[in-house]
Amino acid sequence: MGVSIIGAGMTPVREHWSRGLDDLAVEAGAIALRDADLSHVDALYVGNGYGGAFNRQTQLGSLLSARLGLSTVEAYTCEAGEASGGVALRTGYLAVESGAVASALIIGVEKSTDIVGSARVSARGVSLDADLESINGATLTAMAGLLMRRYMHEYGVSLAQFEGFSLNAHQNGSRNKFALFRNRLRSGAFVRAPMLADPVSLFDSAPDGDGAAAVLLVKSELAADLAPYPVAVIGSAVATDCLALQDRADPLELRAAAISAASCLEQAGLAPGDLDALELHDAYTVLTALSLEAIGFSERGSGWEWARDEGARIAPNADLPLSAFGGLKSRGNPGGATGIYQAVEAVLQLKGQAGDSQIAGARNILIQNIGGLGATVATHILSAAND
Amino acid sequence: MTLGDMELSVGASRGFDARAVERGTVYSYTLVQEAGAEFEAQAPYYLALVELENGALITAQLTDIAGEVTIGDAVEMVTRKLTTDGARGMIVYGYKFRPAMT
Repeated sequence: MGVSIIGAGMTPVREHWSRGLDDLAVEAGAIALRDADLSHVDALYVGNGYGGAFNRQTQLGSLLSARLGLSTVEAYTCEAGEASGGVALRTGYLAVESGAVASALIIGVEKSTDIVGSARVSARGVSLDADLESINGATLTAMAGLLMRRYMHEYGVSLAQFEGFSLNAHQNGSRNKFALFRNRLRSGAFVRAPMLADPVSLFDSAPDGDGAAAVLLVKSELAADLAPYPVAVIGSAVATDCLALQDRADPLELRAAAISAASCLEQAGLAPGDLDALELHDAYTVLTALSLEAIGFSERGSGWEWARDEGARIAPNADLPLSAFGGLKSRGNPGGATGIYQAVEAVLQLKGQAGDSQIAGARNILIQNIGGLGATVATHILSAAND
Repeated sequence: MTLGDMELSVGASRGFDARAVERGTVYSYTLVQEAGAEFEAQAPYYLALVELENGALITAQLTDIAGEVTIGDAVEMVTRKLTTDGARGMIVYGYKFRPAMT
């Protein structure tokens, strides 16, 4: 029993003006196939959030399978906004674990720069509640602003107290050549950044980027024969909450993050303290604070405390390493590809191949991919294979 | 006829009773600087979560704001133009909230 990752690949997150969605996806998929030394898989699951809105392109399974030489395989898109990658990984996990397919390639891809400016802001808004939120002028960033302001109000937290999350992300991203923005942030710049939807600023919100990432899944009992360093998926779960923030029992509780993380930890037989590193969905700093509370690293209202001291406690070899490759904030936010970027980054860590981003001795890493402001949450725990 | 008398079939199907919800307080708010295409001409504008008197939250723009907005401000629902839809400029009406007059 069990599912393992035997191949992984990704493109840099960039504004890839000269490349199409298919070019990026095929590059990442081909790297993962080559990494696994396979030329065929039984299924292809594509994580993509906005192909219809950004690129006027759906049926990505068909589009990509042909270009990867996988024509006629089972192939289709799994969509849950920015959690699309995470739910595609979950779909692949279920397919392989059940025995319905022996191998599955999961590609997360997003090509956001096919449209720009306010048109892209509108397009991303399709993952909000159309009738209750978007029609009233809500954007994803505006909803994050509403959440963050309420968090600050209820818990008496200042804007500056979130700064460490962004400082840590950019410090880490500066070492990752695949990251979109490798600049470091100076302490103090965070609170002076231009506001997008206050209190969410340019230095709080993750920047859109284009990119694709891929992992190749097989049954764990086959993995040892196929790859020298397979990575086991020891926890896999998806949970949902009300799509509209206004309908949640408590907007400041990421219920789907809590439920999916608890399920993963139970499957893995681990406690939060057993995790060596986390890749959280830091599209906005308030989501990081709320995720840390949901997973069990902080009491309600105190997740922000991990950002203290310019993020010293969440640095790569500190108490709780977060966003070792820069997270969404610095590596970039490749929309529905995000969950697979997190998986590839965790695989590199667990294989000891993370280069300048390496966390010494990492064995268990939790990755959490959030759609909207917590409406769909896919959580996985990846582990260095059994010795 | 007030908004509360109207049949809001979409809202009703989502557990939203228009008759109990014309007044409330600001639960949270933000000033939207980076708007989508349909709202770009209005930016910056205030978006809020309003806690209605029946305890429900509703997402809506704030309008007729002269000074500062603060969490807890009393507000009331008004019918306003939200945006125009498509090349023919069909007007989309909906609800916004303004500072309570009474």
